[in-house]
Amino acid sequence: MSNSTIGSRLSKKKNSVQSHYDRPNTLSSGHRACQGCGEALAARCAIDAAYHATKGNIAIVNATGCLEVFSCVFPENAWNVPWMHSLFGNAPAVATGMAAAMRAQGKNVRIIAQGGDGGTTDIGMGTLSGMFERNDDVLYICYDNQAYMNTGVQRSSATPILARTATTLPNAVYAGNEVGTGKNVPEIAIAHRIPYVATASIANIKDLEEKVAKAINIRGAKYVHIHVPCPLGWGYPTSETIKVARAAVECGMFPLFEAEHGKVVGSTPIENVKPVEEYLRLQRRFAHLFSKNANPQAVEELQKIASANIEKYKLSGGIANV
Amino acid sequence: MLFQLEGSQAVARAVALCRPKTVCAYPITPQTHIVEGLGELVRSGKLTDCEYINVESEMAALSVAIGSETAGVRSYTATSSQGLLYMMEAVYNASGMELPIVMTLGNRAIGAPINIWNDHTDAMSVRDAGWIMLFAETNQEAVDLHIQAFKIAEKVKCPVMVCVDGFILTHAYERVDLPTQEEVDDFLPPYDPHISLDPKNPKAIGTMVPPGYFMEVRCLAHKKQIDALNVVECVGNKFKEKFGRDSGGLVREYNLEKAETVIVTMGSVAGTIKDTIDELNQKGGKYGVLSIVSYRPFPAEAIRKALKKAKKVIVLEKAFAVGIGGILFQEISLALKNTKTEVKSVVAGLGGRAITSDMIKEYLNHKNHDDMVFLGLNKEVIERECRLLDKGSCDCKSSF
Repeated sequence: MSNSTIGSRLSKKKNSVQSHYDRPNTLSSGHRACQGCGEALAARCAIDAAYHATKGNIAIVNATGCLEVFSCVFPENAWNVPWMHSLFGNAPAVATGMAAAMRAQGKNVRIIAQGGDGGTTDIGMGTLSGMFERNDDVLYICYDNQAYMNTGVQRSSATPILARTATTLPNAVYAGNEVGTGKNVPEIAIAHRIPYVATASIANIKDLEEKVAKAINIRGAKYVHIHVPCPLGWGYPTSETIKVARAAVECGMFPLFEAEHGKVVGSTPIENVKPVEEYLRLQRRFAHLFSKNANPQAVEELQKIASANIEKYKLSGGIANV
Repeated sequence: MLFQLEGSQAVARAVALCRPKTVCAYPITPQTHIVEGLGELVRSGKLTDCEYINVESEMAALSVAIGSETAGVRSYTATSSQGLLYMMEAVYNASGMELPIVMTLGNRAIGAPINIWNDHTDAMSVRDAGWIMLFAETNQEAVDLHIQAFKIAEKVKCPVMVCVDGFILTHAYERVDLPTQEEVDDFLPPYDPHISLDPKNPKAIGTMVPPGYFMEVRCLAHKKQIDALNVVECVGNKFKEKFGRDSGGLVREYNLEKAETVIVTMGSVAGTIKDTIDELNQKGGKYGVLSIVSYRPFPAEAIRKALKKAKKVIVLEKAFAVGIGGILFQEISLALKNTKTEVKSVVAGLGGRAITSDMIKEYLNHKNHDDMVFLGLNKEVIERECRLLDKGSCDCKSSF
């Protein structure tokens, strides 16, 4: 896995948008995100990449959630691009309207809708599916921190099994978020046969940027799902956001892949597959799985998911682009 | 030009004359024929430069309109009943963001029990949402009010809901005079958005507003609505000047000069009431009718003025608030506070129950009116059910 980030200026080809002297800085500093926020980092990288790829011809609609709240409290505004917020569950439909209006006016402004996992996989699912199904000219970016962080870490349909959240608090008889639950929205997006679906991680910024830059100039519906650790909700030091994100990718819990028109067309292989336990042990939301009385079967359940991902997306053995 | 048209088709053609750039369609009875009609006009090339979008829900329908309006184009959608409730969050959002969307509400009851027929419960459920709400009496008014609605919305920077009685108007074939494209273009200039998402001039729209500013925002929304009373009236006058029809404005007065008893109402039922009182007045009755055209903003001053000579006011409405009573009744009573006018409440036509001339006559023939009456009730059913209620521990004294 390549690790080109802001500091990597050796290879011009591999340079991140963040390393450019004129990086767009679409989400400027001074906003109210927590220290170490994975979502803020991902949003800046993704929207900078989209801005870079379109020469600034973008407009954004944001679902309600952390990103909306921390970036834009009147009279302050951290966005250097046209940005709007309407409601929690309607960002994809608002984006459809924006895209239609731009088309009706003959303007080539590329439309982005973005939200957290709650706004995307739960309350926005109906409007998201509608936008996909109509193949509207919208790039939807989901910043997945795997729970409702803005309201204080409650379970969403993107919360991993056995994780502790404020509404799945483990105790002597309950081991955390139920095994067998959850929703895989990238796969649901693929099932809509939209032109482009990708997953990305803030542990691999260059890959994230490339996927967003590719998506933003494709006509039709696009979906990019970005894994963004949350120090507050997941329980790890604020300095370890990238480390946690990387651990998720390296154990197979968060596979990086691309799909076009309903078919997976490529994935990013893991050079050295790590056991899922290494990823889990970094986070307090899984600490109960390693307590004295914990059922060892629990970690095994999570390992099964990671192993299934590795097999399904052909992530091991260095086989690139299946 | 005169046409014999179904109400929905007439509305569709009137909306098309206003050249919306996006139309969002989601079916719900009795509004569906309107968006069907617009779809046909777009697909046949009669309405050009318009994006027609089939959406997956009413929430999406109004949200698409919110998005397209924010991106700078004139936008339209239509709904009814449950659909309005399903998009409720977006209803408040559109007015809060000052987006001049025009939406037709094909008025229909709200379930449970599920009922597809006409009353005004749906409109009443959004009376506090910050939209301008206009009620049409005839299909001609429905046509004319839509053309005025875009002008009012864009002038006031506020969404406008045109309420058209489901089935009674939406599905009735009537003669309507449709203006020409040139006439409408002359009356309604191209949309000049007051806000829009523009990469050359990036702005944030719909941000969170903390307690330090929120009250002012809400207060200004109220002031804006009160100011809109002038705009609604002025646009109505301009429309009359240009098209010769008095179909806008705040209220519609009928025989108020000589009337001692005035029936206040909204929507299509005013026609039935006018016919009824014509008959009664020929036999020496002294009745008048006041129709509220602009329900929001509420024209309290115009109502007071119109009812100045009335001794008795009967508010006949197709909705009520369970647990308190007539809604329009309360508002009319408030408008008439500190006057000696007697105000009575009649709830009628719920869920499509016919309101006949005979029912109105029978009611008016009573000397003493109860404070609140449900018109045309099957009293046997009510009495039987109330007796069953009495078996409970409370001492229920039914007023039916």
